[in-house]
Amino acid sequence: MKVDRRSFLGLGLGAVAGVVVSPVGLKLTDDSSIWTQNWPWTPVPVDGEISYDNSVCNLCPGNCGISVRKIAGRPVKIEGLAEYPINDGGVCLHGIAGLQYLYDPARVKTPLKKNGDKFEKISWKEAIALTAGKLADIRTSNAPQKLACVTDKSQGSVAKLFERFLTAFGSPNLYTMPSLESNLEMTAQTLHGAGNTIGFDLDNSDFVLSFGAGLIEGWGTPVSCFKANASRKERNAKLYQIEPRLSNTAANADKWIPINPGTESDLALGLCAVIIKKNLFSGNNYDTGNFKGGFNKFAIMVQKEYAPEKVAQICGIKAAEIEKIAVMFARSKMPVAIPGKGRGNIGQSLKEFSAVHTLNCLVGNLNQKGGAFIMPQNDYLSFPEAVMDDVAEIGAGQEKLAGSINDLVAKLAATDKPVVDALFVYNANPCYSFSDPKRVKKAFKQVPFVVSFSSFLDETAMEADVIFPINTFLEKMEDVPSQAGFAKNVIGLTRPVIKPVFDTKDPGDALILLAQALGGTIAENFEWTSYAQCLEGITADIWDSLSEKGHVLVSEGAPDGTVYVDFTFLSTNPSTIQADGDFELTLIPIDNMRLTGTVPAVSPFAMKTVSDKVLTGTDIVVEINPGTAKGFKDGGDALLTTPVGTAKVKVNFNDGIMPGVIGMVRGLGHTFDNKFVSNKGVNVNDLIGPVIESGSGLDAAFGIKAKISKA
Amino acid sequence: MSKIENKDENGSMDGAGEGTGGDPKDDKGLGLGVIFFLVAFLVCFLSGWLLFPKLLYSKREQPFNFDHVLHTQEAGDCETCHFLREDGTFSGMPNLESCMECHTDEPMGETEDEAIFASEYVAKEKEVPWFVYSKQPDCVFFSHAAHINAAGMDCKSCHGPIGESTTSKPYEENRITGYSRDIWGQNIWGIKKHSWDRMKMDDCAACHKEETGHQGYCFQCHK
Repeated sequence: MKVDRRSFLGLGLGAVAGVVVSPVGLKLTDDSSIWTQNWPWTPVPVDGEISYDNSVCNLCPGNCGISVRKIAGRPVKIEGLAEYPINDGGVCLHGIAGLQYLYDPARVKTPLKKNGDKFEKISWKEAIALTAGKLADIRTSNAPQKLACVTDKSQGSVAKLFERFLTAFGSPNLYTMPSLESNLEMTAQTLHGAGNTIGFDLDNSDFVLSFGAGLIEGWGTPVSCFKANASRKERNAKLYQIEPRLSNTAANADKWIPINPGTESDLALGLCAVIIKKNLFSGNNYDTGNFKGGFNKFAIMVQKEYAPEKVAQICGIKAAEIEKIAVMFARSKMPVAIPGKGRGNIGQSLKEFSAVHTLNCLVGNLNQKGGAFIMPQNDYLSFPEAVMDDVAEIGAGQEKLAGSINDLVAKLAATDKPVVDALFVYNANPCYSFSDPKRVKKAFKQVPFVVSFSSFLDETAMEADVIFPINTFLEKMEDVPSQAGFAKNVIGLTRPVIKPVFDTKDPGDALILLAQALGGTIAENFEWTSYAQCLEGITADIWDSLSEKGHVLVSEGAPDGTVYVDFTFLSTNPSTIQADGDFELTLIPIDNMRLTGTVPAVSPFAMKTVSDKVLTGTDIVVEINPGTAKGFKDGGDALLTTPVGTAKVKVNFNDGIMPGVIGMVRGLGHTFDNKFVSNKGVNVNDLIGPVIESGSGLDAAFGIKAKISKA
Repeated sequence: MSKIENKDENGSMDGAGEGTGGDPKDDKGLGLGVIFFLVAFLVCFLSGWLLFPKLLYSKREQPFNFDHVLHTQEAGDCETCHFLREDGTFSGMPNLESCMECHTDEPMGETEDEAIFASEYVAKEKEVPWFVYSKQPDCVFFSHAAHINAAGMDCKSCHGPIGESTTSKPYEENRITGYSRDIWGQNIWGIKKHSWDRMKMDDCAACHKEETGHQGYCFQCHK
């Protein structure tokens, strides 16, 4: 017998035949098909019981009611809460994507301490002890006013707790970031007295005259604005949109009125002049006896300085059209004029807000259905009376260091000596959202000890010495009063729908721990075991319905009574803010619904929805009128230069932007550690310098002069 | 006649021996080839049948033994622990909270398994990481409510007499797919005697065909 190649052939064939008729082939085919359809490395969500928790979103001032779908206790989807008085089931893309903030790559997961250029992890105990030690030193030096604090808003218990902390500490230096709400409060204070805010009854108005307000681009309470805008056609209501660019709101309006950037207040006063001249202001059941503070002076001033022909030249709108709009506005049954370009928070001026709102005052739609409501600020919080020791009394007697946060930043940046010894920053990112952030970062570096209360390691948190990691809106409890021009007064309750994913706390709890570590009267002012207990106590009058229903509807519909209108501020004809620089073109920021300009930065999901006409790859795209961009190629590269900086951009020819204007989106160009969001495009604020309005202290830089050149 | 045909007739004898009964040496070679073929065939066939399943599946023990008989005697039928929720979804394996409706961190009985459960899971508030014999791939949607309530099926039809078990059998995990052997069935050939012996798509389709007259559409289960 000889083993030859036929033997091997037999062996091979036998093996193949054996395998073929065995179950191996069939089974492996089946298994491999299952394997390829269910890659083992692909995460599979845990299965379990489905439940829904109601809460209130506070990613933006909209404060929409939300219903969070959970599986086995884990939030998996955010939906709008039906019948909630603000959004009635609606929700925006940022709210839908809100779950991503829980696991955001830039989340601060544990307290951090700056060590050189890097942060090191510390425990809550260490962070509290370190901060309390630094603060105690400030009080020992009998200069408690050297602690300053910046919060995102002035309303709600968390803002009030920071205020209480500073009062107990002995510092008057509490500042609020500019917002549409703060701008409206300032406008109401200027025209109607302190303690008020303004709401606009967009649901019922039959003629909305919008001075650039991005009604479908995030202005005010975005979802309620979407709904009011969507119902406009069936209500036979008109929207006239006045702005230099054909925004989505303008495209959706009955009429787009292009206007030279930054001249909105001139147009508003021009319209006032026409209304007064044609004697259209005394109708609509309005008693002009409520006009005070120099109405006559105002009337004469606008006739002289803002005659239609003059305004026409300033604004680039024909005099006849100005007259036509004024008459139409005054003769409408329920007209309302709304101020606030874009989202109405950044780059606004008190003159513009006041001038626009004066239109409402003149045509008698204050506290009338479909008009502007002058609403008292909330007073549902009742804190125990603050206790102050001698050191606190010293500080309380001191003047505030600055009139506004912008003034404070300017003062800090102007000197190498520390103006304040410590600075708290809560839920704010001025090192990104303010004009010329380099200047703000420099100001922060002048402060020896910066404490950030933040959920994310953003541009401002990066400048801090200690970071207290704060719960996101899905993990924390907080009362959230409606604001930002909303016509109803709703107090919502944000409730935790999941236990903190990381070692984070509610800001109120962090403050209570800090106060108790400082001891003495400061601790006495914070004698709560937790923020939850504090909230229940200070909202005792409404707590039952707030905790049961998740919100309290304090008021809706037109407020009773008339209000006075004080013309003192406008009758002096404050000067209109001009764009900085000598270049020929004007760069203006664009607020885009898909991006955010403040805190938090946009989520990865929302970033993916940004059009390639805004961001292509990592290049920002600017809008420019083809007539202005002669010599450039649509889609081509260009160099954009302003007095503050230079950026490489791509050019998008757009007939819907006025000649001489360049539009750049706000919300890109983040630089912190988040691969989904950062290092995409340019931060438009890097190209714009501050223009502080005297009196209001607002940074009213609506844009800046610019030029483009070949890249 | 073509060149190729010529070569077949007159060329090498290698391929012709079988048909012509030529050289006896070639017969021996062929015989050896057949033997080799048969041996290889048998080895591979038997390996594929007997050894392959042992290689394909790994055996894993449950965290501790579970006595279904004891529990059904004490607590009631299957639905007591494996119930449908109000919204119609199936609770599946009871979570710790369900178990703690009866159990505490103090054992109720004297079994070693309950002691492990009380000390390792109840006391530590930790979910028991049970291996689920009937877990289907993630690409499959299955409604227990439709089968139990609408079709009136018995648990046993698919899950077999697991309620009559006093011990937990080892979980045999398919090394390729990660799913239980019980989906394919214990028989490597896929042959089943009872309706609960396999839980493959063909079994679903066969039952649907028999009960409803149609095997069903893809999207009914693969959403």
